[in-house]
Order: sequence, then structure tokens, then C-alpha cells
Amino acid sequence: MPFVPHTPADIAAMLGVIGVAAIDDLFDEIPAALRIGELAAIPTGMAEMDIARLMQVRARADGEPVCFIGAGAYDHHIPAVVWQIASRGEFYTAYTPYQAEASQGTLQLLYEFQSMMTALTALDVSNASLYDGASALAEAVLMAVRANRKAKSSRVLVPRALHPAYRRVLRGIVEPQGIEVVEAPFDRRGGHTPAATLDSLAGAEGFAAVVINQPNFFGVIEDADELTDAAHAQGALVIGVVNPIALALLKPPGEWGTAGADIACGEVQPLGIPLSSGGPYAGFLCCKKDLVRQMPGRIIGRTLDLDGKPGFTLTLQAREQHIRRGKATSNICTNQGLLATAATIHMAILGAEGLERVAAASHANTRQLTALLCKTAGVEPLFDRPCFHEQALHLPAPTADVLRSLAADTILGGFDLGLDYPELDPALLVCATELRTAEEMEHYAAKLAEIIASQTVPG
Amino acid sequence: MLIHEQSQPGRRATAQAPLQLADCADIPAAQRRTTRALLPEVSELQVVRHYTRLSQKNFSIDTHFYPLGSCTMKYNPRACHTLASLPGFLARHPEAPDHQGQGFLACLYELQEMLKEVTGMQAVSLAPSAGAQGEFAGVAMIRAYHQARGDTARTEILVPDAAHGTNPASAVMCGFVAREIPTGPDGDVNLEALRAAVGSQTAGIMLTNPSTVGVFDRNIQEIARIVHEAGGLLYYDGANLNAILSKVRPGDMGFDVIHMNLHKTFSTPHGGGGPGAGPVGVSQRLEPFLPVPLVARDGTAYRWLSEANRPQSIGRLTAFGGNMGILLRAYVYARMLGREGMKRVSEFSTLNANYLMARLREAGFEAAYPQRRASHEFIISIKQEAKAFHVNAMDFAKRLLDYGYHAPTTYFPSLVPECLLIEPTETETKEELDGFVAALVAIREEARTNPDLVTGAPHTMPVRRLDDVRAARQLDLAWRPDGAPA
Ligand SMILES: Cc1ncc(COP(=O)(O)O)c(C=O)c1O
Repeated sequence: MPFVPHTPADIAAMLGVIGVAAIDDLFDEIPAALRIGELAAIPTGMAEMDIARLMQVRARADGEPVCFIGAGAYDHHIPAVVWQIASRGEFYTAYTPYQAEASQGTLQLLYEFQSMMTALTALDVSNASLYDGASALAEAVLMAVRANRKAKSSRVLVPRALHPAYRRVLRGIVEPQGIEVVEAPFDRRGGHTPAATLDSLAGAEGFAAVVINQPNFFGVIEDADELTDAAHAQGALVIGVVNPIALALLKPPGEWGTAGADIACGEVQPLGIPLSSGGPYAGFLCCKKDLVRQMPGRIIGRTLDLDGKPGFTLTLQAREQHIRRGKATSNICTNQGLLATAATIHMAILGAEGLERVAAASHANTRQLTALLCKTAGVEPLFDRPCFHEQALHLPAPTADVLRSLAADTILGGFDLGLDYPELDPALLVCATELRTAEEMEHYAAKLAEIIASQTVPG
Repeated sequence: MLIHEQSQPGRRATAQAPLQLADCADIPAAQRRTTRALLPEVSELQVVRHYTRLSQKNFSIDTHFYPLGSCTMKYNPRACHTLASLPGFLARHPEAPDHQGQGFLACLYELQEMLKEVTGMQAVSLAPSAGAQGEFAGVAMIRAYHQARGDTARTEILVPDAAHGTNPASAVMCGFVAREIPTGPDGDVNLEALRAAVGSQTAGIMLTNPSTVGVFDRNIQEIARIVHEAGGLLYYDGANLNAILSKVRPGDMGFDVIHMNLHKTFSTPHGGGGPGAGPVGVSQRLEPFLPVPLVARDGTAYRWLSEANRPQSIGRLTAFGGNMGILLRAYVYARMLGREGMKRVSEFSTLNANYLMARLREAGFEAAYPQRRASHEFIISIKQEAKAFHVNAMDFAKRLLDYGYHAPTTYFPSLVPECLLIEPTETETKEELDGFVAALVAIREEARTNPDLVTGAPHTMPVRRLDDVRAARQLDLAWRPDGAPA
């Protein structure tokens, strides 16, 4: 009986205390017509050694190709310490810290997480994580629309140069509440979102919020200052969608423009979370102090105990579903605490300088990769503005074919931009983090040259 | 001490970052950060020691009995963690092609199939990240279903008063009005109130069965009939699936859409707050609306289905489609249990709960529904003790910590005064349950003879009771170097 400790003597004694003859009697309130015999389609149980064998075969089958894809999930170095500590049973098997006195470890750690995220974003407060970057953006938009009563608008502006999946998630979550999502086009030469489009799209109603993605999906660095000021001039709140690694290098949202962004959110994954086919990751959400009561999710506060000793507890719970039910700021309950735990340890180890080195190395590697790939005729940057650690490239051959040939050589060549941006097709978004070596990049460039040569019909 | 307070300028864990600070001169100065973020500057050993020590300030399943009702805090098998963390799984990029993820996709496909069988639903999507996101997806599917039929006047979702807070919150997030239905004195939904509440405005009802008061609603078939006849759909909150695994299935009870909490029934870890996974299952008529992605099998090959393949889908809930590593853990757990093990989950979680309830009643504690069988959890009310000794359920909860037991869920569901919702789970031994009874008896004796000891508890934790009012009024939510809290 895997994981059930009862001996026959235990069972007999327990049934005796309850006063029933058999365990099955305990289910006698379930209408007989509904009872089932067994779950016929479930296979019989496996011992650990057998499931281990199966999983090892399956994990090996997936290989470990060299990854040049970014597109919202990034292959960075993760110090061994991070998951050795995050996987300790005391963190791994604890629940949400409702009993504060017996959860000071998790609570203090999440307070440190909040402190680190506010330091990176230069905003006042942070929550203790949401599901992922895209759902965090949806929550940020809901929060901004609730907070910005002055605007009398339930329209939000998002750049088309925002991750396509983020835009889809956003629509799915906010449209049922009557919020309209409007998309701002990007500049075809620079790949950025021109501030002038804010005015041309505002219309009579204006926007409750304007989303700025820094860097944007193409890796291009936006004019965050100009965009922020233009949005604020219209009475919109500003939501920054940012990469936490990039924040070691780029101006933080709290310092954008004259007044700073009001809310910043994004994906925690680059901070010590493995790629793991897309999850579990975590979303973060930071904001200015005066918006804190509109925040969704858990927030940890430092307070004092009966003896005046500092301690940590969940706070502002009157925003949350377990107190406010239908009037809560969000329905979120379980969040991504363990991933926030890993990210906290990761940030503590790397420090601001370590993160800056990671950011700078990723930037430099992507520039080097771009130079190498662009030696092949017809491969060239799609946009002329500076990028962070991703680069959009025009290809002289169908992207899907190129990626397939590269994959056969265990190279994950990048993200096919033509799928979501048909006007750019054939195009590829590449990324080389600090983990990619010169040899790997040269190998990629050589393969690409070969593939293009074999695909391009001369003349 | 905070990690920030251990910081010394210039100290670094140099092994963990690139040796050089690469040149970024091409990034315009106006876009650059001018001062480094105030993150701690500490050594690797300092980090290890600090967070190891913090971990030791936690109660957890691995260290303590954790009978937190509605949360299913059972043993999280280590094999699930180890096997989901194999390098081939961890290194895979979400945008890697399907053919380079066949091993991973096979696990997810088989999990989808097993969850269909476990719940009696026609199709399953693994996409939701937790129970509440499953609820959002489920209610969004109910909305999409009515809309697709042009039935747009259905604006209400019915929710019993005993329901978890996420239920009404999810209904509202989907643009519905949440309307409360009272629970009867025996713990079942009040059928008269339900009949009076349904109508052409009813989009559906959200039900937890066994409910959050720890009993199986005996009228479930009648409830299904009432709601279906009014044109509404039935949503099943699967938080308590542990109680009925392999005994009765939501699909057979008449539910149209359900979510499961894999971090409860399928024993994936809670991680101090998350992550979870909240797959949704549906009957045939809701199948087109399932959230993407879904795993499909063509012959022996597996592939993701996304928006393009599923035009009526309510869409995507997270950028990359779900908490994949958690799904792998649930898969390993399900395979280890197998058919026989799943049956034992419900049997022994129910045995433990009924045994514990019987022992506590014997000891003179008041069960909220003494005439009913407990499901895998039950409620005792501290009402009598509160009146006699001026100690409340929270005092009992805090004092339990001193005895080395995590507290049960307190003050939920709110319809039972001074309640403790107790869920022992199947993985606890009889000795552990007996020890817990002895602790509650001892605390009641303390309450009688020395109430200050109980109302002042805990006494042995890293901190004593915390000032929640101060926490909410004098907000200190992030460390600041000047000591001025944000
Ligand atoms: C009855 C019930 N419903 C819903 C939920 C919400 O699930 P989650 O925390 O996974 O979002 C919970 C979890 O606490 C629950 O106990």
C-alpha cells in the first residue's frame, strides 16, 4: 500500500472505535447508484524502481539540445545552491503561511523576495508571486482599471510588440470583465513602439492603462521614458512588463519618465527557475504605494509580536478571496511560492553585480551571435534599434524548414516570428544567454550557412 | 536578521556569475540603470546558512503532522520530485518542437487520460496553474457554452455559503454575479432555497462534494436535476477529491465541468504557497471550450494542440500553458499508486478522519455534524470551551503549535462558530492521530486551569503571537536601507 501506514491491527482497532464493521461502511451516505467498483482504465501501481526506469527513458528521449530560443523563457545558469535549498522539505512541503508563528521561514523569505523585487523595479511594494508573467500582466491590467477611476475608460493599450502569448492570455482573462484591449503597432524600421501612436489611438475615451514592454518581444529597447510621459499625459496608468535580468542593466520602471511607471510585472523564470517545458514559473507584480490596496495575491508584512520582537505575517488580507469572497481583488489563492523561494536565493547569491554580469554577457553573446549568423547572405537584423539579449533576424528561406534542419543537429535555432507576425515572415528571434559558448555559436552559424546554401536556389 | 542586513559592500559569490563584465556601450545611456539595485552582497556560505536556518523556522509535512482542513497535506513522495527533475525534463525549452518532447508529452497525455477515468469526465485540460485558475477556466467555459447557444441572459452563478472564497471570486472574475445558497442544518445544500434561486438567469452552480463542512451531499442527484432543468450547468470544485477517489466520480454525479487540485489529491508539494496545478475536466458539451494547450496523440506521436487547432477554446491561461513540472510529479504519483493505491487513498483518508472524529467526540469535543459520516475531513467546534474558559479556536490552534502539531484550518467554513476543520490524510499513522487527540485534550485542560497559557500561545515558536493589526496599519512590506519602510 504505497504511502498508507496502517497495519491490519490498526485498521481493526480504528474501525472498532468508529463502530463500523468495514471501511466500506464509511461511504454509506453516498447514493448506491453512484458508487463505482474500480477505476478500470488506471494501470496497476508501480514500484519506485520501475517508475524511475520509465521516467529516465522518457527524459533521455527528450535530449538536451543547445538552446538559442528565448521568447519569454531563458536558459541561464542556476547555482547548485538554489534548488538544493529550495527543495528542503521545510520549504517544499509547507502550505501557505496561514499560521505565521510556525511559518516564519517562508514568511521572512518572501518578505526578502518582495524587498528584492522592489529594489530591482524601483517601486514601493511587491506581492509574493502570481502564476506567471502573462497572468501577472492580466492581474496588473485589472488592478489598473480598478484603480484608475479618473480615466472613466476601460480600454487598455498594449504594444503589438508584446509577447503574443501574453496578449492572448490578457484578452482571455480581462475581456469577460468588459475591458477592451487595443494594440499599438510597432515601427517597422526600429522595432519599437513610437510614443506618437499613443495619441493617435487614444480617441475620445482615452486609456485606463498603457502597457510598456521593456525590452519588447523582439528584444528591442523601447523609449520607456517618452512612452511613460505620453501615457501619463493622457491620464493613463503605466504598466511595465519587464525582464528581471534586464533590470540589472536597464532603467527600472519606477524611474521611467518624469513620474515613473505605476505598476511593473513580469516573469520570475530568469531568476533561477529551470526551463522545464514552460513551468512552473512565477509572475511578479510591483506597484507604487498608493495602489497597494488594489493588489492581487499574498503580501507579507513585517510587524511585532507580543514581546515587541519583529516577525512576519500575511497582511492586507482584506483584499483576498478568503475574506472578501466575490469582492476580492482577485480569485488567486495558491500562488507560485516555491519559485519565489528559488528566485530569492538566486538573487541573494548573484547580487546586483552578478545579475548585471549575467545581463551584460547575454547582451554581448547575442550581439556576437547576430554578427556570426549575419555572415550568411540574406540573414540580417530586422530592426535597427539596440536590443537587450534577443535579436529578430530576416531569413532568406522558410523559417520552419531552417529550424527543422537545425533541430536535426540538436540546435534549437530560435522562435519562428512569422507565426504571429506574418508581415515579418520569414523571420527568426534568437537569443544567446551567458551560457552559450563561442563554439556553440560558431557551430550554429556554420550550420545555418550550410542549410541556407542548400535551400537557396541560385540565380 | 534579514539577508540584507548581512550585506557588506564589495562582497560577492564570484563563482556564480561571468568572470567579466561585458561591454554594453551600444545601449544608449538614457536607457541604462544609473545605480545598482540594493540587493544583498553576501558570500555563498552566508546564503546557504541564512536560508537553511530560515527553513528550520517552518512547520512542514516533512517535519510535522499538518491536519490543515481542505488542503490535503499528505506525504509528498520524494520520487516524484527526483523524477520530475531529471535533466532532460528540466532543460527543455517550452518552444522546443514537439518531436523533441515526446517523453514529456507521453507523461502528460497519460495523465490526461488517467484524470478522465478518475473523474468520469469526457475530456481534460492540464492547463490551469492552481484550483482557482481551474475555477476561472471552468466558469469561463460555462459562459462560452451559454454564449455559443445565444443564451446570454444567464448572469448568475450559485455558490453555497460553505464554499471556498475562490468560488465566488472566480465567478465574479468571469463577469457573473455570485449568489449565495444556504447550507441546511445537516450540512447538505438547502434544496428549498436552491429551488427558489434557480431560473432563467442561472448560468450554473459551483459545488464542492464532499463539501467544505466535511460531508457528502446526499441530494447530489436532485441538485443536478434542479440546476439542469433550469438550464444551468454544474461546476465541481475538486478540492476534496481525495475523499472519493475510486468510490464515486463527479462525472457520474452529473457535473458538467470540474477542476482538480493536483497539489492536494495527487500529492504534489505546496511549496509554502504554491505552485499547484488545477486541471479541468468537462462533459461532452463543453469539450470544444477547454483551455489550451491540450496533448493529442496521433498513432504513437504526441503533440500540443493550441489556439489554431481549437477555435472555440476559452484560450490560454499562462504564457506557456501550465505548471509542467508539477504535472510530471502528479503523473509519477498516479503511476506509483495505480488503481489499487487510488482506492486506498479515499479509504484510508476517510478511515483516519472518522477515527479522529470518533476519538475527539469520545473525549468530549463537539463535532459540527455528529449525525453524519465524516468525509476525509470534519469540523469540531470549540464553542463550548470558548464559553466556559474564554479561549477560542485560534487559541487552541496556536497552542497546538507548542505541542508540535500544525493547526487545523480555523474559522473556515464560517457557518460553524469557533470551528477547526481537521483533515488528517491517509498517510498518517494511528499513533500520530492518538497523539493529536491527547494534545487537544491537554490543551482543554490547560484552558480550564490556566487559560493564559492557551491565550498567550504559542510559547515555543521563533516568535510569539504577531500583531496583525499593526501589520496592516503600519505597512512594512519591503526592507529599506534607511530603515524607513515602504
Ligand atoms: C474547497 C477549495 N476550493 C478551492 C480552492 C482553491 O484552490 P487553489 O488554492 O489551488 O487555487 C481550495 C484551496 O485552498 C479549496 O480548499
